[in-house]
Amino acid sequence: MSLDSHIELVSDGGYAVETGGDDCPLEVRGLTVAYGEKPAVFSVDARFPSASMTAIVGPNGAGKSTFLKGALGIVPRLAGEVRFYGQPLKEARRDVAYVPQRASVDWDFPARVIDVVMMGLYREVGLFRFAGSRHRARAMDCLERVGMQDFADRQIGQLSGGQQQRVFLARALAQDAELYLLDEPFAGVDAATEHAIVSVLKGLKAAGKTVVCVHHDLSTVTAYFDRAMLINMRKQSEGPIAEAFTSETLQATYGGRLAESQIAELRLGSC
Amino acid sequence: MDADWGVEFLQLSLAPILIGTLAAIACALPGNFLLLRRQALIGDAISHVALPGIVVAFLVTGTIAAWPMMVGAAGAAVVAVGLIELIKRLGKVEPGAAMGVVFTTLFAAGVLLLEQSDTSGVHIDVEHALYGNLESLIWFDATGWSSLLDIGALAGLPPQLFRLAIVLAVIVGFMAAFWKELAISTFDPGFAQAVGIRTGAVGFALVVAAAIAAVAAFDAVGSIIVIAMFVCPPATARLMTDRLGRQVAWSVLFATTAAIAGYVFAGYGPLWFGSPYAVSAAGMIATVSGVQLGLACLLGPRRRRTGQAAAPQ
Repeated sequence: MSLDSHIELVSDGGYAVETGGDDCPLEVRGLTVAYGEKPAVFSVDARFPSASMTAIVGPNGAGKSTFLKGALGIVPRLAGEVRFYGQPLKEARRDVAYVPQRASVDWDFPARVIDVVMMGLYREVGLFRFAGSRHRARAMDCLERVGMQDFADRQIGQLSGGQQQRVFLARALAQDAELYLLDEPFAGVDAATEHAIVSVLKGLKAAGKTVVCVHHDLSTVTAYFDRAMLINMRKQSEGPIAEAFTSETLQATYGGRLAESQIAELRLGSC
Repeated sequence: MDADWGVEFLQLSLAPILIGTLAAIACALPGNFLLLRRQALIGDAISHVALPGIVVAFLVTGTIAAWPMMVGAAGAAVVAVGLIELIKRLGKVEPGAAMGVVFTTLFAAGVLLLEQSDTSGVHIDVEHALYGNLESLIWFDATGWSSLLDIGALAGLPPQLFRLAIVLAVIVGFMAAFWKELAISTFDPGFAQAVGIRTGAVGFALVVAAAIAAVAAFDAVGSIIVIAMFVCPPATARLMTDRLGRQVAWSVLFATTAAIAGYVFAGYGPLWFGSPYAVSAAGMIATVSGVQLGLACLLGPRRRRTGQAAAPQ
């Protein structure tokens, strides 16, 4: 697939934005991000097709989160072009939901669970307006989808890590987007939460939405995702699990830090 | 006798109490967000750099009229905020250190400038800048309670009162209009950017609002009160509730009670202890504010929280 579609894309890229023919949820070309003088992500091309679920995998510090932040313009890009549904982000924000790492925010912030979920309705509420009871009802629906409806009035600092992650997912659901970008949604969560999150994400995919997760647990990649992108500053592989998540690509990405036996176990766990 | 008491209150106490209260609220409101962003010290920085700003404004315009002074102080605040950002990025030092370096340097430069330049015969003194002079803001035109309805008499109220009222209205308007943006970008800047909030602009607007409050309050009540009011009422309020809106409401209540109680204690407190002299109202307001915080630390319902701080990025 990759070569053909790529040629088509390059020719698309020249003139086709207005034709509306390109509905790829997220397409990244030549993305380069650096912190100081050290590149964290170097010249990455990637394409995330509609209704797919992709794991972004790589060792610590390999630029997985930075790839997402660079694509969203949260950290400045040195180079590269990013298109959401064929358009720059500012034309497509309504279709894109982002879930940052749980540890990136201060959970001591004075807010209740429902307040955080209603942040997902920011664009819908609109400038100079306050959320009303209609928005509150929508937020409650989203909390129900992640099994957190009984915690709506709880202060967010009083939740467990798994519960906090579910609140973040509920906020993304409130955005009612087409593309969901999640940064380590399974980091430090309990088994029940992991199960709840996976079933919500699979439900999104079944509804035709596109999901991209930065993911650190190699043992669950084949069970949860249908596509993978391996990255270690540069992209190592990308595509369906069977092609992109192999002992060769893992070896190349982790540079010998994984033993053959570990990799063999991963493959055993698949399918 | 009663009428005398009323006239004395109107002439001597009404304006200082109102001005102290408005200044305290104007500082406490943006202080809530500064505190949650762990930028509480920025109020301290802004109120110190007001001095060089005022000196430069005087040297440029040659007058000590209020508006040029305020523009100078606000300009200095913007310069200071820019310098703090610059030092943070170039020097890769933590924000507290960058603020400390900038405001002490600029404040010292202001003192030197004041000494070297020919400001003799003009009343700009450092003590006034620090402690303010709340007690001098009197309402000569008051002749009785009916003066409160007399436009002519009201026009004789100290101009600081009107300036602070305007400033407070601007700050309330800003915070109401951009409440969602302030809340979301304070809690989760990454998410805020992803939904299209210009977090840099919001942060800058907040600092400008704080600078306006600091400069207006500085003019009336001195910088000690400014520093106290940015930090104490919001920090006290945080210990009372886990909701942002209620925290802001509590902070207004604490700012108001500190201003009123502080003024009354400063004027009458020493008498109760047999001393004929009043103490500085600004100092007493700041002290009451600190006592409120101390009490909330001991008794506030939300003083024991389990939330963890964000991991360094």
